[in-house]
Formats: sequence, structure tokens, C-alpha cells
Amino acid sequence: MADTIDVAATDETSQKLRYYQKGTFTVGNRLVDAAARTVQASEERSNALTSGHRACQGCGEALGARYALDTAMRATGGRLIAVNATGCLEVFTTPYPETSWQLPWMHSLFGNAAAVATGVAAALRVKGKSDVRVIAQGGDGGTTDIGFQCLSGMFERNDDVLYICYDNEGYMNTGVQRSSATPPAARTATTPAVGEEPGNVFGTGKFVPRIAVAHRIPYVATATVADLHDLERKVTKAMAIRGARYLQIDVPCPLGWGAASHDTIRLARLAVETGFYPIFEAEHGRVTGVRKIRDPRPVADYLRPQKRFAHLFRAGHEDPRVARLQAMCDANIEEYGLVDDETTG
Amino acid sequence: MLKQIEGSKAMAEGIAACRPQVICAYPITPQTHIVEGLGELVKDGHLQGCEYINVESEFAALSVAIGASAAGVRAYTATASQGLLFMMEAVYNAAGLGLPIVMTLGNRAIGAPINIWNDHSDAMSVRDAGWLQLFAETNQEAVDLHIQAFRIAEELSMPVMVNVDGFILTHAVERVDIPSQADVDAYLPPFEPMQVLDPDEPASIGAMVGPEAFMEVKFLAHYKQTQALRLITKNAGEFRARFGRDSGGLIRSYRTQDAETIVIAMGSVCGTIKDTIDEMREEGFPIGLVTIVSYRPFPSAALRNALAGAKDVVVVEKAISVGMGGPLAIDVDEALRNLPHAPQLHSVVAGLGGRPILKASLHRIFREAVVQPWEGTQFLDLNVRVVGREIHRSAKTRRSGPTAEALLRHLAAEERDGTEKGRH
Amino acid sequence: MAHPFAITLDVGSSLANRTGSWRNVRPDYVHRLPPCNDACPAGEDIQGWLAEAEAGDYEAAWRSLTRNNPLPAIMGRVCYHPCEGACNRARIDATVGINSVERFLGDLALEKGWRFAPPAQESGKRVLVIGAGPSGLSAAYHLRRLGHAVTIREAGPMVGGMMRFGIPKYRLPREVIDGEVARIAAMGVEIVCDAKVDNIAGAMKEGGFDAAFLAVGAHIARRAYIPAGGAAKVLDAVSVLRSMEGEEKPLLGRRVVVYGGGNTAIDVARTAKRLGAEEALIVYRRTRDHMPAHDFEVEEALEEGVMMKWLSTIKNVEAGSITVEKMVLDETGFPQPTGEFETLEADSVVLALGQDVDLSLLDGVPGLRIEDGVVRVGPDMMTGAPGIFAGGDMVPSERTVTVAVGHGKQAARHIDAWLRGEIWAPPPRNEIATFDKLNTWYYGEAPATVRPVLDLVRRTSSFDEVVKGLDETNAVFEARRCLSCGNCFECDNCYGVCPDNAVKKLGPGKGFAFDYEYCKGCGVCAQECPCGAIAMVPEEL
Repeated sequence: MADTIDVAATDETSQKLRYYQKGTFTVGNRLVDAAARTVQASEERSNALTSGHRACQGCGEALGARYALDTAMRATGGRLIAVNATGCLEVFTTPYPETSWQLPWMHSLFGNAAAVATGVAAALRVKGKSDVRVIAQGGDGGTTDIGFQCLSGMFERNDDVLYICYDNEGYMNTGVQRSSATPPAARTATTPAVGEEPGNVFGTGKFVPRIAVAHRIPYVATATVADLHDLERKVTKAMAIRGARYLQIDVPCPLGWGAASHDTIRLARLAVETGFYPIFEAEHGRVTGVRKIRDPRPVADYLRPQKRFAHLFRAGHEDPRVARLQAMCDANIEEYGLVDDETTG
Repeated sequence: MLKQIEGSKAMAEGIAACRPQVICAYPITPQTHIVEGLGELVKDGHLQGCEYINVESEFAALSVAIGASAAGVRAYTATASQGLLFMMEAVYNAAGLGLPIVMTLGNRAIGAPINIWNDHSDAMSVRDAGWLQLFAETNQEAVDLHIQAFRIAEELSMPVMVNVDGFILTHAVERVDIPSQADVDAYLPPFEPMQVLDPDEPASIGAMVGPEAFMEVKFLAHYKQTQALRLITKNAGEFRARFGRDSGGLIRSYRTQDAETIVIAMGSVCGTIKDTIDEMREEGFPIGLVTIVSYRPFPSAALRNALAGAKDVVVVEKAISVGMGGPLAIDVDEALRNLPHAPQLHSVVAGLGGRPILKASLHRIFREAVVQPWEGTQFLDLNVRVVGREIHRSAKTRRSGPTAEALLRHLAAEERDGTEKGRH
Repeated sequence: MAHPFAITLDVGSSLANRTGSWRNVRPDYVHRLPPCNDACPAGEDIQGWLAEAEAGDYEAAWRSLTRNNPLPAIMGRVCYHPCEGACNRARIDATVGINSVERFLGDLALEKGWRFAPPAQESGKRVLVIGAGPSGLSAAYHLRRLGHAVTIREAGPMVGGMMRFGIPKYRLPREVIDGEVARIAAMGVEIVCDAKVDNIAGAMKEGGFDAAFLAVGAHIARRAYIPAGGAAKVLDAVSVLRSMEGEEKPLLGRRVVVYGGGNTAIDVARTAKRLGAEEALIVYRRTRDHMPAHDFEVEEALEEGVMMKWLSTIKNVEAGSITVEKMVLDETGFPQPTGEFETLEADSVVLALGQDVDLSLLDGVPGLRIEDGVVRVGPDMMTGAPGIFAGGDMVPSERTVTVAVGHGKQAARHIDAWLRGEIWAPPPRNEIATFDKLNTWYYGEAPATVRPVLDLVRRTSSFDEVVKGLDETNAVFEARRCLSCGNCFECDNCYGVCPDNAVKKLGPGKGFAFDYEYCKGCGVCAQECPCGAIAMVPEEL
């Protein structure tokens, strides 16, 4: 197990921010210089994804995309091109005649975002415009399933592309079908909550960040929309690196998960705090850092607010699979070292 | 410069002279030598300012080209058969987005059953996608068409597919005049994209278009292809002026002035057909050939002019639209339909899966078309005995097994029996 | 660039799609009442001045504070901080040390010599304030701010009331009292000592006062009938503590018994110790749980060696000893005699059995209602006699300095309105910012590097550190722990978490506004607002 670093204590700015209490975790902080605040706090932020898009109320992906791209825009001085796979993000942002993207953006197909981005990056190099950087982005469907081949090819060639996967754990745009990122026991339209094992089955599924790590690319990280500081730090770090990079962001989908629209960030937070979604970084094949859980919670706290898990709590009984999910979380916590032995705070 | 050179290598040199900036390569027989040739030219510095990317599938290959083209550089790739099908989504996508990619198709049959030899089924499978499709008759034309293709693609902002018969053109060693860099530079200006991904002028490329505008988009694509008809002719003319030879254009007529029977075909088979026509002309047969170079856009008007005086039109093609007939014949039929004295149309499907097309067979079929015309599609040199045996066998048993394997067994059995192979 | 029709779209075109039409609930920025503000008897905007203190704007914080309470340095030493008891932060780790920060600001003001501005205009009205205790001083301050001419007539020789004569020096240094009172006087408030008023009506007429505020406090020690021998030394707490201000300190002897269970009893016992008594013993008829004295004061007293004798009443006093009877609590918690007696050595007995008000000045004033020894006042702090208001210990109230200060402010407002022939109606109180309205994840844990100091800070006795060579980390750190319950502190969360970019940032100090053209009403902003300053309200359809 690689050394774990409590990333909040690594640099001086973070240390000072901790002293500032209220501003440590919020988007902004009126008590520190503008330069030390998040990109999102700034009135100058790019709003790479602006208003008028057709995402559902409370869409985690819309939020994650703006977070990531605004950070990348700042990191690159606005010299950025985005390539988008087919999916919710592409559909709700570019229905003719309206686009809500404010940066140069392209949509080709469902499974080829990584390859198209490779082409864009090559073109920029040939034109001598290497200062312009490329981000490929897609949902979990377009990344872990149909986009996997192109993704792996891009990794293997170490093309200078940052691939961002917005993971809402299903094919949401087409009506909430199961993807290889759908967690066990979750209800989707193709893993309905009926029969002997309602919801998605155990023993399937794919965690692409670890596969990305296995490709030994320069940088891999997971993040969520609940921890903006962490997400921005990771995007900024990624944009300072040349070569293939992968970032997977947990973005709750209120519609697909059957959650209240205002719970988007809360659920992402619970996903982390329960160990359901491990937050870590890796470089060249080795895990280099994790985000420790501040306030550990049992997995049921995460499952209950989501109707896609409602069948696990019927009539006041807790389905035994909740315990299996808890075991899965516990395994994550142990594998990545997500909880300190001494209590925090 | 004149060279005795393998077709693929000639094409590689011709393409290199067009200064492509991104080349993506995925190997598939029979185009592989083209991309290998280009790879060497990039690596040894002959072709500068070019990125050569080894991709992991054809789907990735065209996708990389799409990205590169959208970012404003000249992009090229090549494929065939199965590879073309694997990138099918991207083929439609590139046309829909109007990206001026040039792609070589080393025409090869499509499986199952797997077959690496030449026919036109791969080109036919994407004829509706919106790419321009040009067919080369010779290795010289194969080189020349690529040069013209880049220019046409970039003027129109549409992708162009250059079809070269697998093995017959790609692997044949012939004398080819490789154009000079200076001449190509004079003919083909640097790429100026109609739309480009540019941080200085951001736009969103690839929107979702609903019922309210989709028909208009498709109409505009269709309309562009009709503009292409004029552009192809114009470019061929300018090519002749610059390079001193006829290459490209929409169609080519051979000995059609007083022909009563006109053959229509595409690609390298035209060479064999011309030889046959010469021989038949010796015998007084009034026969000629129209070679179609531009299959898409389909040169209906030009064809009507060329076929005006004919009584019989024989379409010889290397593809079959299973359940319907020869696709080229269907297209020609459409072009001739409303002529006041439309000639009789005779459809011949030949050379599927690389089956050699023999002059003797052509002699026979051209005569038969006039004297003893047939209904529907005629499969040239079909082994009727084998086919008959298979039809009988599969009618008898429900679980009759794979057809292809059974045919091979029949053929083997025939050889063992020493029976002469049944020829029609 | 000529874009291909429909395939390529221009930047900004989505703004034509006004997604605000989607919503059926709408976010609104609200101000909720922080529980500390709600609990403060003086009505301080605690959250407001903590916000300024945390930014390092100490003078601004002090001025915000003193808008409601002119005596922070005193408060920071003697207030029982019900604010801290109500503080939501206590449910995260520990309450914010509000009292400590108030003391820091008050002491800093004294050190820096910050002054109150005199009123911009004179109203031409004159108000008489009787009593220079916390209630009278507060009323005088607020009346003066409103432009009235104020005269305080104090019966005693020095200002301060119970603050000087009831609270020992070790809790409230006299320089602090003098400093804060001087600042009020410097506004133009006339303070006359040794000027007891016997007849309020006469005093008003004589001085040409348009209204009066009575704040004479409760200085008369309540007595109980306890048989005492001739040479027995029985004193009352009030006079003992008062005499501490004089030249001659009271002689209590080596063994002092204090009878009573309130804070005064504790003060006397601890004072006795400081005077040199070997033994200071508090005798109380019930148990520690029932003692009215604040627990921390009991703790401190015990730490200082004061002893406690529970469940005992004094039956009689002789010179040098007392007899106590053991009590037992019945089912209702009321002490019952057991008939068991005990004799204890005692050089003096100090009775701390409560205090009564000297109501003599009110003789002959028509319309007054006196019940249970205190003057009844209406919600406008006015007695039954028009123009005569009262507050502090002399009206029904919890008897603390802070409550008294609160009364003074309330009364001043009502007096001001009454003088203009109007009625002052307090503005409606906002909804309280209860803990469930907060999103506490955003409030960080105290970092380990500062933890040792925090432990010190949590011991309220130890804020002496703040006075001695102030380390900014203490007071400011405490201020920054405030959650800003119910009031936006410009954390930018709403601005950052809106998936539709529908929050506009108006600039530092100006807050935010919702862009209702695009707001879809998802509610993420309200959920992620750390301090509960956003409410979701149904749209009118």
C-alpha cells in the first residue's frame, strides 16, 4: 500500500485555509485572497457550461462538467478544446439551435471521444499550437463500456489528452439502463427490482480508474462534486502534466437514482463518507494519495435517500445485500486506507 | 517521375506529396502497404509536419481523423472491408459533420465468410453515407485520384473515399508517374477549414438536430453532392492542365460513338473489358464501354448522354445487394428510367470475393446479353453444379450447417471426382 | 467562420432558453435569527459582530456590538452567556467562546480609547435616569444616542450599581467599570453621584424632565429570622460586598459561613477566602443541583477551597458557632427538617438570601403597581404612571447584568417613542436558525496545531490570555468558529453549486442574487448553504 497523504495538509495555502475554519471547505472564503480561492468562487470563472441547458434539476453532471472545465480553462489560460461523447451531457447542452458551451467543443459519437481527442491533440501539435490542450469527456456508459476500446488505445499511446468520465452509474440519457459502472443491487430499467435478486447483480461491474492505473499513465484520480477543492486541485494538477490522464468524477443523477434534486451534493458526499466511492490519486501505475473520510458513515445512510435502492428497505426490513454493500465499502476503506486509526477532529 | 513501383507504394508517395498532417493507421489486408509506406515516409523525414498515429482499431482510425480534421489539419486514413464496417458509425459521422477527410478503400469482400480478395461490396455498403466515392481504374489513376480527392474534399468540405481494387491495384507493380512535390503544391493549396475548433473563435460542433431541421441538413448534404458533380469535372480538367493526363472526372467513354451495346463498369475490371471490346470490335460487334469514376455523386446526366444511342446496356459489377440485385445496375437503371428510348439493361455480377474475370467469359456474356438476354441478375461463371447440390442438400435437412463450408466440401468433392467444374 | 447549418452552433445560444419556467419552488435569500442573538438578553447582534471580528475588523466589530450593548468589557467578565448555551456550534464540537471574544473586543476598545460618537442632533427632550447600575447606564447610553439629554442620579458614591458593589474585583476590575462608564459620560450624559432621589415626581418636575427611567436595583438584603446571640456576627452579603469597595475591608474572621445558594453567596465566600479566611463554608438548604448559582462559579469556588454544606439550614447563631439542622428533600424536591442538628464553628455568618428593592422613591406616584416587591411594567417597560419607566432588578426579571442592560435598551426605545407621542413596535422576529437548517459539513474541524490552545479556550476562566499580550489566534480563532447561523457570510457556496449557473455574485459585501430566468428550483443551493440563509418557497403558479 503506497504512502497515504492527507492532501489537505500538504501545502502551506491549505494549512492556512484550515485555520480559517468556515472557508476550508466552502466554495469561497471572503477572508483569503481571491487567488487562494477556488475557481468557482471567482466572478471571472469561464462558465464553460452556462445557463439555459436542458439538464434535469439538480444534475450532478452539469455541475461536475462546469467545475472541471472552468478549472481547466483557468489552468490553460482559456486555451482548451473539449471533445464530448454522446450522452446526457452532450444532449442537454447542444440541442439545435442552442448550445450552452462557451469553449470550442465537439461531439462525434458515443464510443470515440478518446480517439477524436487524440486526433485533435495531434492536429494541435502539428500546427505548433501545443499550448492548446484537449479534454475528452463522457459519461460512464460512453467510457467504461462502449468507449472503452478507444480509451484504452489513448492510454496505451499516452496521447496528451485528459479524459474525464462523469460517473452517474448508468445510461441515464436513454432512460436509466445499467452500465458496467452501475453498483450492485441498484435498480435500473435493465436490472429491475423484481425477482429473486432485484436490482443489479453482485459479481459484475468494472472500476475503470483501477484499469487506468494499470495502464501506467501519468495521472489517474477519482473525485466527486461534493468536494470542490479536491476536484479543482486534481484538474489543475492534471493539466500541468503532458500525456494520457484520467479523471473519474462521481456525479449523482437525481432522476436516475430516484433522489431529491437538492440531494445531489449530499449524496456524493455520502458516497465518499461511506467508502462507497474511494477517492484517490495514482501516477504511473501506483496509488499516490487518498482523500481520507472525515466522518465515516454506514452505507445505509447513503442508500436510503435513493429510490434505486428502495427495494433493499421494504417494509422496514433491511435486505441482507445491504450488509454485502457494507462489506464492499469496508473493503474499499481498507484497501485505500480511507479512515485514520485515530479519530479526526 | 516515372517509377516501376508497387501500387500501394505509389499511392503512398502521391498521398505524401499532398502534405497530410495527421495519418492514422490500422492494418487490414489489402491496404496495409499504403499506410506502411506512409509511415516510413514520415519516420525517415520525407514527409514532414505530419503525425503518424498507430491506432487500436479502424473505428479509432477514422475517429482520430475526425478529430484532427475538426481541429483544422489535413487528415488521412485507409481501410477495407471489415475495417470499413467497424468504422461505419464514424463514416456517417464524418460526412454528417462535413469534414474533408480523404480515405483509401482497398476494395475487398466483406464476410462472413471471411475473404481477403477484391470486390466492391465494401464500397457499396457505405454508398448512402454521404462520402464522395471515386474508383480508380489503374495504378496511375489511383495516385492521381488521391491528389484530386484532397482538393475536392476541402473545397466542398466533404469526405472523399478513393476506391482501389485490392491486390489488383494495390499489389501490382506497374509503371507509374509520381507527381512532383512542386506540381502537387501548385495544384493543392493548404487546407482552409470551413469550421474549426479554435479557442479564439469557440463554437459547438456536432449538435443534436431534431425533426425541425434534420431534413434540411440532409437536403443540404445531398445538394452538396450535386455541386460536387461540377467540381469533379472542373478539378479533373485542371489536373489535366497541370499534370498532362486524363485522370478522374465523372465518367470515361471508350469506343461508344457508334456502339449499340455499351458496357458499364468501375475500377480495374475496365482494363479487361476494354481488351474484350477491342477484340469484339475486330469482329464487327458495335460495343463500347463507359467507365464510371465518380460513383458518388452518381453521374446520372453524364451517363444519359453517354448512353443515348445504345440499345443494350450491360452493367458488370463486383457487388451484390443480397435480395435485390447488383447495386450499380440498380443505380444505372434509375438514371435511364425516363429516357424516351431507354436501352435494355442487363445486370452482371462478377468477380465476387476475388474470382478472376476472364475475357472469354466477358466475350460470352456480352453476346448473350444481346442475343439471349436474361431476367434479373446474372452471376458470371457460377458453378451451377455446386450450387445446385447445396440447394438440394439444405432443402433436405433442417440443420444443414454453414453454407460456405458446405460449398467448399462440394468443390473438393468435385475435384476428387475429377468432374470438370461446371461452368455456365 | 461560416458554420454549417444546424451542425455547428454559436456560443451563447442557450441563453435563449429560459429554464426558469421549469420550477415550482424558488430559492430566496433569507435572514434567520441566530440562536445566540435570540438568547441574548441585551439583544446583541452577536453573529454580526463576530463576523466583523473574524475578519480582523475589531473596531467595526466593537461598534456593531455597542450598537446594542455599551458595556462589552464588563459583559465579557460577568455575563452568564446564555448565547453560548444556545450556540449551534456546541452540537458540532464546542460552543463558540462568544463571551471571550466580547471581552477581547471590550478590552481592546478600552486600550485603544475608542469613543462613542455624540448624537447628530439634540431632540430637546430631557430624561431622568435613576441609578447608575447596568440598566440605568444602558438606558442613558441609548437615550443619548437618540439625541435626548440624559441625567443619571446615583444614590451611591460611585457608579456601577451591583457591578461594583456586588461583583468582586477578581471578576470585574474596577478600572474596567470606570472606563466603560466614562465613555458613556463622554457622550454628554450627566452623571451625579451621592444624589439619592426620594420622590420621583418631585425630582422630575424640579429638573424639567420629560420622562424618567428607574433603575435603582435591589440593594436591600433579604433577611430571615434566625435567632442570634448578642455577640453573634451576622451580616448580609450585600453590605459585605459593598464594603469591599470602601477603605476598610469587612472583618469576617477566620471561619466564615455564608448562608444561601445563589451567585452572591459564592461571591461572598470567594471574597472571604481572598480576605484571608481559612475556611469559607456555604450552607445551603438543598443540594448542588438546586443551587441557583451558576455551575462554573461553584466549580471555581470549589477549586479555590470554598466548602459547601448541602441540605442544611441555620437554626441559630452564637458568637463563634452556629447550629444547623439537616434537611432532606421530599418527593417534590422541597427540603424538610429532619430534627438532626449539628454545631459548626463560625466567626461570622453572612446571609445571602436574596435582595429586595427600595421602593420608597415611588411613594405617592399614582398608577404604579407593585407586586412581590417589584414594580410591574408593561411590555413597553412603562410603569402604571405615564412617563415613568423602570427596568433591571426592580422589575420582574431574571436578575443579571445582561438582562438589566437589555431592559435599558428596550426602555430607551419606548421612551424615545413616547416622547414623540408614538409607540415603538419591535420588528417581527425572523425564524430562528436552528441546527437542522445548517449544513455543518462545511465547518472544518479545529486543526490539530491549534488544539491545545482551544482546550485552554474552552475553560472560560482562562481567557486572561487574551488580555495579556494578545495572541490573535485566540480571539479571532474563536470568532471564526461562529457558524453565522441564518445569515450569509459570502462563502460562495450557492454561487458555486448551482448546476445552472443561476446565481449572480454582486460583489464583496453585497451578497448574491438568484437569476430567476434560469433557476430550475432544484434546491441544491439551499441544501448546501452552510448557515441556512436560503429558503425554498413554492412558486405562485
